[in-house]
Amino acid sequence: MNTTRNAAVRARELRKHFGEGPMRIEVLRGVDFDALLGQLTFLVGPSGCGKTTLISVIAGLLDSSGGEVRLFDQNIERFSATERILFRRKNLGFVYQQYNLLPALTAAENAAVPLLAAGVRRRAAVDLAKSVLVNLGMGNRLDTLPSKLSGGQQQRVALARALVHEPRLILCDEPTAALDHATGESVMELLAENAVHPYRAVIVVTHDTRVFHHADAIAHMDDGRIVKTESRHRNEIEMPEFEDAIPMLA
Amino acid sequence: MNFVALKMLTGDRAKYLGLIFTVAFCTFLLENQTSIFVGILKRTGSQITDVTDAEIWVMDPKTEYFEQTKALKDTDLTRVRGVDGVQWAVKLFKGGPVARTPNGKFAVTICLGLDDATLTGAPRNMLLGSWQRLREPDSVVIDKAGYVLLFPGEPLELGRTLEINDHKVTIVAISDPPAPFLSFPVMHTRYSEAVNFVGRERTELSYVLVKPQPGVNAEELCKRIEAQTGLRARTSEQFQWDCIGYYLKNTGIPVNFGITITIAVIVGVVVAGQTFYLFTVENLKQFGAIKAIGVTNWRLIGMILLQAFTVGLIGFSLGTGMAGQFFDFFSQKIPTRGLVLLWQSVALTGVAIVFVMIFASILSLRRVLVLEPAVVFRG
Repeated sequence: MNTTRNAAVRARELRKHFGEGPMRIEVLRGVDFDALLGQLTFLVGPSGCGKTTLISVIAGLLDSSGGEVRLFDQNIERFSATERILFRRKNLGFVYQQYNLLPALTAAENAAVPLLAAGVRRRAAVDLAKSVLVNLGMGNRLDTLPSKLSGGQQQRVALARALVHEPRLILCDEPTAALDHATGESVMELLAENAVHPYRAVIVVTHDTRVFHHADAIAHMDDGRIVKTESRHRNEIEMPEFEDAIPMLA
Repeated sequence: MNFVALKMLTGDRAKYLGLIFTVAFCTFLLENQTSIFVGILKRTGSQITDVTDAEIWVMDPKTEYFEQTKALKDTDLTRVRGVDGVQWAVKLFKGGPVARTPNGKFAVTICLGLDDATLTGAPRNMLLGSWQRLREPDSVVIDKAGYVLLFPGEPLELGRTLEINDHKVTIVAISDPPAPFLSFPVMHTRYSEAVNFVGRERTELSYVLVKPQPGVNAEELCKRIEAQTGLRARTSEQFQWDCIGYYLKNTGIPVNFGITITIAVIVGVVVAGQTFYLFTVENLKQFGAIKAIGVTNWRLIGMILLQAFTVGLIGFSLGTGMAGQFFDFFSQKIPTRGLVLLWQSVALTGVAIVFVMIFASILSLRRVLVLEPAVVFRG
């Protein structure tokens, strides 16, 4: 298996600092990191070690200060702002610690937001979102507002929102941090069952050691560097070439 | 995403309604105050517009507005008649005698003395009786508001008497002319009667009313009259604008209305802006999430402007409805008769509301545009 071909994310010597002069803080100090297609990659480490900054740079939400990050073999930092947004819209899905659901939208409407952003008509988008929610066991709460949902249910809606447009990379930031163990476990199970796909990579930033058993690979981070990488049970799947299988910027 | 923008807007019911009512009251205030302002200014020349027979008013060269009269010489009438292009010219007297009812109630009046022969300038809009009865001796036509002021609570009735400067006069008709600027009764009578009501003076001719010959331009004729007589001649429209200009320049009316209108705009901008800003700030993480998902800044601007436009349109419609109801109710009342909601006022307020909502959106737009989408990863 060629890991370069399979790498959805490939970061080399990635650096990021905030501020200048005496206020300068080095957050990423030369990160080498890979996330492979078909795998659930955990990014773990103590608070303040740079995990969130790393996935923000990977997502193109922050620019790096040095080094290189390639998504599906492309350096998105070379994209124009609009190209980057379009790339993100098409290829990335997000799951946040605080869910970040729109309080005025129902569960189905929230899950449909990426499709609406891509210009899909409202009815079609909501119908598709409903089918994803049904798969995630939310069939009976489709028209419920987030305020009427439990934390676990809200995170499932957030998961549906991350999946609905079938992105090739899903970035999860502490998805279980706001949940109790049982609920967190069920959310991770859903993530592992529904998100992991031969054409998709999933990166999960977490502190929660109780869910580590779901990981295919774990990258340990400390003080702005990846200090250890361990592979758990990598899915041995024959992967297609990127240029054949993954059209960029439709 | 328009649907998302509208759901975000209406989802926070309290702020949504707060924004709508802010815009509605701002609209109501603007339309109300501008329409009343224009209505009151139009009243300053209402006696001028009420004279439909003549097109030109000739007066003392120093006269600035209708209420300010300095008597002309009787020979001035003949001189005006002698100007080329004048079809006819008649005299008009304006005085302010006190009228007293038999039960002792009295009021200062606006007394207009019409040319005895032609009754030029007589009110045409009658509620009771006929202006032709002014040919009867000691007769007056009084306006409805004046009648109600002098005979409160009593039905409109002809034949009632008034005492004016020791003259007993009979009400032969009740008119409904445009409301005057001052809330005095408007009385029409013959010139020869009117001069007696106020007491004879050496000269009494307040205005000469002129009708140009067919095909003669009124403004040109005014210039000719001024050149030949040394008097001031104005078309009805010019004279009305003179009155408006005088009150604008010499009274606190524009300042008072201006302050109210300015405050309405400021309050509208500040309250709507602040509420809209708070609404955006409270949804900043959600906007960040939308931004991270891949919504462009242009789309976000569109979403916020759609929200602002929706609030503006609903608030403006509500406010205009409220203003319409207000004028519908108060235009029936005697003190506020003739004050109507002007379409120009509605149109101008619409433009003002667009600016209010644009200003209200600008702060919110700024926050959303500079928002780092990475904010969504911060717990």
